[in-house]
Amino acid sequence: MAELRTETMTVNMGPQHPSTHGVLRLVLELDGELIQSATPTIGYLHTGIEKTAEQKKWQQVIPLVERMDYLGAQSNSLAYALCVEKLLGLEMPQRVKDIRVLIAELQRLSSHLIWLGTHSMEIGAVSMLFYAIRERELLLNINELLAGFRFFPSYIRIGGLREALPRGFHDTVNAFLDRFPTKLDEYEGLLTKNDIFLRRTEGVGVVSEEQALAWGLVGPIARAAGSDYDVRKYFPYSSYETYDFNVPTATEGDVFARYRVRMQEMRESLKICRQAIDRIAPFGEWACDDTRVVPPPKDKVYTEMEALIQHFLIYSQGFTVPAGDAYVPIEGPRGEHGTYVVSDGTNRPWRVKMRAPSFMAIQALPSLVKGGLIADVVAVIGSNDVVMGDCDR
Amino acid sequence: MDLLLIAQLGVIGLTFFMLINASAILVLAERKIMGFMQQRYGPYLVGPHGMLQPFADIIKLLMKEELRPKGADKWLFTLAPMLSITAAFAAFATVPWGAETTLFGLLDEPVKLGVSDVNVGILVVFAITSMGVYGIVLAGWASNSKYSLFGGLRASAQMISYELSYATSLAAVILLAGSLSLREVVDGQSGVWLGFIPSWYIFLQPVGFIIYMIAGVAETNRAPFDFPEAEQELVAGYNTEYSSVRFALFPQAEYINMTTMAAVATDLYLGGWHGPFLPPEYGWIWFLLKVGAILFTYIWVRWTVPRYRYDQLMRFGWKWLFPASVINLIVTAALVLYFNA
Repeated sequence: MAELRTETMTVNMGPQHPSTHGVLRLVLELDGELIQSATPTIGYLHTGIEKTAEQKKWQQVIPLVERMDYLGAQSNSLAYALCVEKLLGLEMPQRVKDIRVLIAELQRLSSHLIWLGTHSMEIGAVSMLFYAIRERELLLNINELLAGFRFFPSYIRIGGLREALPRGFHDTVNAFLDRFPTKLDEYEGLLTKNDIFLRRTEGVGVVSEEQALAWGLVGPIARAAGSDYDVRKYFPYSSYETYDFNVPTATEGDVFARYRVRMQEMRESLKICRQAIDRIAPFGEWACDDTRVVPPPKDKVYTEMEALIQHFLIYSQGFTVPAGDAYVPIEGPRGEHGTYVVSDGTNRPWRVKMRAPSFMAIQALPSLVKGGLIADVVAVIGSNDVVMGDCDR
Repeated sequence: MDLLLIAQLGVIGLTFFMLINASAILVLAERKIMGFMQQRYGPYLVGPHGMLQPFADIIKLLMKEELRPKGADKWLFTLAPMLSITAAFAAFATVPWGAETTLFGLLDEPVKLGVSDVNVGILVVFAITSMGVYGIVLAGWASNSKYSLFGGLRASAQMISYELSYATSLAAVILLAGSLSLREVVDGQSGVWLGFIPSWYIFLQPVGFIIYMIAGVAETNRAPFDFPEAEQELVAGYNTEYSSVRFALFPQAEYINMTTMAAVATDLYLGGWHGPFLPPEYGWIWFLLKVGAILFTYIWVRWTVPRYRYDQLMRFGWKWLFPASVINLIVTAALVLYFNA
């Protein structure tokens, strides 16, 4: 009998597909259900934020960058603010640093909750999404209390924070911190020892430490493969060096290791949050005292000429930043989140460039899913925790 | 026309009507239970507590435009959902759901609750439910869509691997009962052991019951074995390209298949309409309660566990479920021989 002719099948997964986290498009070359090759196509969520930032004054860029990685909004603005403050040579008061740490860690929790919900939903445990979103709602409520905006609070500003902490902030945060550990146990009880979940995640999408670092997957993905690189430990910013926390790692480098690392990270974040909320006094400074950047208090504006002029200048022209460039990495929810800013000495940035961890994660996708099944693609995309807004910018 | 024939026709009509209702009730029950498990209300706006939601769903689906992809096979595309729903209804034809009744003395001769009583009832159910997969495979093939094709392929592979363990676990019960008629199997389970344990086959066949339930979930394409439609992987699988009434027939067939599966499980393992406290004429209440419990378990499982991977399901089916059911059959056969001799 003559040899049967076989050919592979090309399937266009996305940009409209339930599990491509927004608008990622993967062109899959399939042999049966086995993946021969996968080619990611990005750019469906390109918003031109980096370019738009060049038209905005320094402070006006904050709400823009928060809309890039929309699940880790305040990590973006923290990275940007730290970067511009480095150019300006500003040093924040300790209380502002602590509040920023608290906000960044709460943001990490909120981002990891969405990761947990969507990742397990894509593996088939649909109900997990609702449990994760239930706790995220409380975090969004904290955002709402802080700034009146749930997704993109823009509370972190160049030169400190937007305003003083609202009344009842400590109680709200403490209530959440008390509630969350038991809920984490609940999540783990549903998934960590679930036989089906283990079968779906163990040995899938394996990446070695060298590969992870070569792909630039620094963050939870590299830590799940054995690296211990965490910006918070290696290049501490915003006084992270004064906090007591561990960097969870695993060595397997598969989807389940990433799951374990992120779950562990949530517990460490909780630890940091507890330390931070204990350090933050209910009242105190909420910005640095540099009059170039921070508008003077209202009572002075109404009584002193100097203050009035300063107020007018900040709100009409903004402030200028000395010419030069700076790169500041922070540990975002998805990995090393770097901001590179170039100033030409005017009141607008000359260039803002973000190092987006999601972009790296998508870059590495083809090598991670090759030889797997369609179901593995879904599991790997979920465990890489890609946000298309972050990738396409 | 004598009264008995009219009564029998009435019972048949009632069974058909109840099956249609079953799918509507199950849609609502599934959404309500899912909502309860996920800490939300579920449908809430149509009627009191959203009780009329199925009607809204049906009206919405009827008013949708019927779309057919350009490259789809015209005849098969239309035939596939009809095949699914026909097989689903027909499979219930030999499933009895209540004892014989004279309708409170209205009839001279008792009428049997159930569409028909065939002496090879189990075989008929088994044969017709196997037909249901053709609907899914043809839908996947005729849609001319890659996701649909994958769904159809998965369905056929899954059915082949589960039909075997499903049938083998049934065979053990047939050995115990010594009959292929579902009504006789149920009647074999009347009475009690030791004065309080109902003599249901589940106590003699616990392994068989578990295998039957697992294979039943796989047969009806429910999570964690819902590969043919696996939303997160294949968008909607075999019914990706379907819309309107054609689409509605697939979930309806799925829910009716679930009901049949639960009804057969009740007849074979849970003593059918036999139960304490109620006189035999009201046995159908027990039957409904047992079927409801099994259906609730199906829904409960679906919203609790993650989905297997396609190859893992095949491995599980062939390496664990099938050997387990064969061993169960051999042990049962040996014991039946020993005790009967």
